[in-house]
Amino acid sequence: MNLLPLLPVLLPLLCAPLCLLVRGATTVWALTCACTLACFASSLLLAQSLWHGGAALPYALGNWPAPWGIVYHIDALAVLLLLIVTGIAAVTLPYARRSVAQEIQPRDIPLFYALLLICLTGLLGIVSTGDAFNLYVFLELSSLSSYALIGLGQRRRALTAAFQYLVMGTIGATFILIGIGLLYSQTGTLNIADLAGRIAAIPEAAYGHRTLITAFAFLTVGISLKLALFPLHLWLPNAYSYAPSVVTVFLAATATKVAVYMLLRVCFSVLGNRFVFEQLTLGKILLLPSLAGIVIASLVAIFQYDIKRMLAYSSVAQIGYMTLGISLNSEAALTASIVHLFNHALMKGALFMVMGAVMYRAGSVYLNDFRGLGQRMPWTMAAFVLGGLSLIGVPGTAGFVSKWLLVQAALQHRWWPVVLVILLGSLLAVIYIWRVVETAYFNPLHEIEHGTAEAPPSLLVPLWLLVGANLYFGFDAAWPLQLAQQAATVLRGGL
Amino acid sequence: MELLIDIVLLTFLAITALAISHVRKLFCAIMLASIFSLLCACLFVTMDAVDVAFTEAAVGTGIAGILMLGALRLTETREKRPPHQPWLALLVVCTTGAVLIYGTADLPAYGDPAAPIHQHVAPRYISQSQQEVGPPNFVTSVLASYRGFDTLGETLVIFTAGVSVVALLGFRSLRQFLRNRRRPSVMADHLVLRIVAKMFIPLILLFALYVQFHGDYGPGGGFQAGVIFASALILYTLTYGLAKALQVLPPRILYLLAAGGVLLYGGTGWLCVLRGGHFLDYRALASDPLVGQHLGILLIEAGVGMTVFAVMVLMFFAFSSRKEPQS
Amino acid sequence: MTLAGHYNYWVAIFLMMTGFYVVISRGNLIKKLIGLNLFTTSVFILYISLGKVTGGTAPIAAPGVTLYSNPLPHVLILTAIVVGVATTAVGLALVVRIHESYGTIEEDEIRLRDESL
Repeated sequence: MNLLPLLPVLLPLLCAPLCLLVRGATTVWALTCACTLACFASSLLLAQSLWHGGAALPYALGNWPAPWGIVYHIDALAVLLLLIVTGIAAVTLPYARRSVAQEIQPRDIPLFYALLLICLTGLLGIVSTGDAFNLYVFLELSSLSSYALIGLGQRRRALTAAFQYLVMGTIGATFILIGIGLLYSQTGTLNIADLAGRIAAIPEAAYGHRTLITAFAFLTVGISLKLALFPLHLWLPNAYSYAPSVVTVFLAATATKVAVYMLLRVCFSVLGNRFVFEQLTLGKILLLPSLAGIVIASLVAIFQYDIKRMLAYSSVAQIGYMTLGISLNSEAALTASIVHLFNHALMKGALFMVMGAVMYRAGSVYLNDFRGLGQRMPWTMAAFVLGGLSLIGVPGTAGFVSKWLLVQAALQHRWWPVVLVILLGSLLAVIYIWRVVETAYFNPLHEIEHGTAEAPPSLLVPLWLLVGANLYFGFDAAWPLQLAQQAATVLRGGL
Repeated sequence: MELLIDIVLLTFLAITALAISHVRKLFCAIMLASIFSLLCACLFVTMDAVDVAFTEAAVGTGIAGILMLGALRLTETREKRPPHQPWLALLVVCTTGAVLIYGTADLPAYGDPAAPIHQHVAPRYISQSQQEVGPPNFVTSVLASYRGFDTLGETLVIFTAGVSVVALLGFRSLRQFLRNRRRPSVMADHLVLRIVAKMFIPLILLFALYVQFHGDYGPGGGFQAGVIFASALILYTLTYGLAKALQVLPPRILYLLAAGGVLLYGGTGWLCVLRGGHFLDYRALASDPLVGQHLGILLIEAGVGMTVFAVMVLMFFAFSSRKEPQS
Repeated sequence: MTLAGHYNYWVAIFLMMTGFYVVISRGNLIKKLIGLNLFTTSVFILYISLGKVTGGTAPIAAPGVTLYSNPLPHVLILTAIVVGVATTAVGLALVVRIHESYGTIEEDEIRLRDESL
C-alpha cells in the first residue's frame, strides 16, 4: 500500500494547523519551507514512477473501492501539474521570508503561512483526485484561502479585489456544483472514471441527454470563471495587482493552471471528446473567447501604468493561448496547450518575483519606479528581460517552445487566422515588455533616489532558479514535452 | 398529504426569496434569510434528509444569521435604491434559468424509486453499511467512513474560514476589552436574561454532547454538536459580555482546539497507515474491523466537533471585538 | 413531465435564479452575500429532491422499514452547507474591513472613491 500518491496532499494538509501552534515567524516559515520541499520531492518520485508510459497510480482512501469510496488517480497530466504546483511552491517559499516580513503585519504572519499551505493543499487535491465531489471540496478549499490571502494586501483595494473574486468565484463554484449534481442524477456515481463509462452509455437523443448537455454547460461556465477566460476574467487583474507579492507569484503560476486541468478533465475524461467536440462543437465555442482574450487583453496590458496589473492582463492573454490549444481539438494542439501550462508557470512566476523584488526595494511597482533600475538592480532587471523574452516567445526560451508547437498545430489545420492571432499576441507582448525595459535601462537618472539597491540574495536566488528553468527548458524541452504528449494521448484516448 | 406540505413550503420559500430581493432594510433582509434557511430545514425534513435539516437549521439559520448581524452592527443598515433597472442582470438570470429548466426536463420525477441514482452506488450503502461499518445512520457511515476524506476536506474548510476571519479582523481591541474589565455588559442588568441563560447554558452543553455521540444512531454528529456547543458560549457572551467570555475561553485555547481538531482527524488517518492500512482505513485500528470502524468514527467526529466549536467561537469573537464605527 | 413530478425542481430553479439575480444586480455588498447564500441553498434543495424516494423514510436503519431515501445526496449537501457558511463568513469579514477603509458598502460609491484618488 504505497502512500506516495496521497503524500503531496497530505503533507501541507497536516502542516497548516501546525502553523497555528508554532511560535515565531521564522519557525513558521521554516516549517512551511520544509513542507513544500517534501511535497516537491514526492511529486518527483511520482513522476519517476510514471515515466515512459507507466500506468496511472491509484490510491483508495479508507480502502473502499471506487465508486463507493474516494479514489485518487494520478496519471501523466496530474503528475505534470503536481510538479508545476509543488515546484512553484518550493521555489516561492525561500523567496517569501523577506517579502512577507515586509508586506504582512507580524501578528498575521503565521496565519498567512497557514493559508498558503491550505491553498497548496486545495490545488494539489484538485489535481490528484479521481472523484468529482472531492474535486469540488478541494476547489473551495483553495478558493477560500485565496480570497483571504488576497485580502491581506497592503492597499485597501486588495479588500474589494478579494470580495469581487469571492463573489465571482463562488458563483463559478456553485455552477460547478450544479453541473456535478446533474451528472450525478443521470449516472448515480461521482467517481470520474465511472462517470465516463456511464455517460458514454447514454446514446444521443436518448432520455437524459439534455441533462448532460446542461451539466456540461454549467461545468464549462463555472470553470471558465475560475480560469479567467475572457470575458469572465474581470476578477483577475484586480486580484493579482493588489494581493501581496508572494500571493501573486504563487497564484499566477498555479491557480489558473489547475483550472485548465479541471477543464481538460471535464472535457476529456468525464464527457469524452467525441461528445464534447463533435456533438457540442466546443472547439468552435471556445475559439472566439480565446482569440479575443489574446488580442484584447494584450492591448489593454499596453496601456497599464501599474506593471503588476500589466502582467495580470498578460496572464489573461496567455490563458487564451492555453484554451486556444484545447479548442483546436488535435493531439498536437493539446500537447502544445499542456506544455504552455508548464512554461507559463515558469514565466509568470519569474516575472512576478521580479515585481516582488522591486516592491521590496522601491515600495511600489508603477512604471515610473522602474526608471534607472537597469543600473541599480541589474540582476533583477536582467531577469525581467529574460522572462519578458520568454513571454514574447523568442527562440531559446521556454515560451518559444509552446508557441511554436501551437503554431505548428494550427498550420496542420491550415487555420491561418489563428496563426496570425498567435503572432499578433507576441508582437503586442513585445510592446508592453519593451516599455518597462526602456524605462529601466534607457531613462537617465535625474534625481538621487534613496533606498533602491539590488534585491537581497534570498529574493534573487529563487528568481534566477525560475529564469534558469525558463532558459533550460527553452533549449531542452524533452521531458515536459514527453509528459505532455503522454497526457494528451491519455486524454484523447479516454481514461 | 406530504406532497401538500412540500408544495406549501416551497411556495413560502419562493415568497421569502422575492421579499429578500425587494426589501431594502438590511436587518429585514437578514431576518428573512434566516427564515428562508429555517423553511429549507423544514423542507429537508419532509424530503427525509434529517441530518441535513439539522445542519441547515444550526449552521444556515443560526451561525450565518449571527455573523450577518455581527457584520451589520459594524456597517450600515440600509441598502441604497439602485439607480437604474438592471436589465442585463435580468437577461442573464432568465437565460440561465431557461437553460436549467431545459436541463431538468430529463430528470426523473420527484421521488421516483427507479431513478438512476438509486440503482448504482447507494444500494450498497443501504444494504451493507451496517455490516461493513456499523452505525445504523447510513449518512454517518458514508460521511465518516466511505467518504471520510471529503469530511476531512470539509473540516479543513471550516478551519480555513476561522483562520481567514481572524487574519482579516483580528482581535485588535482585545487588550482594551481586558483593561476595561470593570465595564459591565449591556445585558448584565437584565435579570430575566441572566437567570434564564444560567439555566439554559448547561442544558445546551449537555444536548450538544448528546448530539455529538448520538450521531451514529440518529441525526447528529460532529458538525451539529460543534455548532450547538458554540451557541452555548455565544449565549454566555451575549448575556455576560465579551470580556468575561474571553476570560473563560481565551483565543489561544481556541487556536489550540481548532488546530487540534484537524490534527486529530488527520492523525487518526495517519494512525491507520502506521498500523498497516490505507489512510483513513479504520479497520486497521483494532483487531475486529467493526470495532475499528467505531473507534475511528468516534475519533474523527471528536476532531470535527472540536474544530467546528473553536472556529465558530473565534469568528464570533472576532466580529464582536471589532470597534463599532464612529458615526 | 408531470406537475407533481417536477414542481420541486422548478421552484428550486426559481429560487436559484432569484438568489443569482440578487447577487448580480444589487450593489450593496451585504445584500450580495445574502443573495449568494440564497443561490447556494437553493442548489441544495435541488440535490436533496433528487435523493427522495416516495414511500421511503430517513436513511437511518429502523426495524420493519424496507425503503430508504438515498443517503449519498445528504452527505454531499452536509459538506456543501459547511462550505457555504465558510464562504459567507469570509465574505462578511471582508465587508467589515471594506466599510472601515471606504466608509461605505455600496459598490458604486466604492468605485467612485477609488477613482477619485
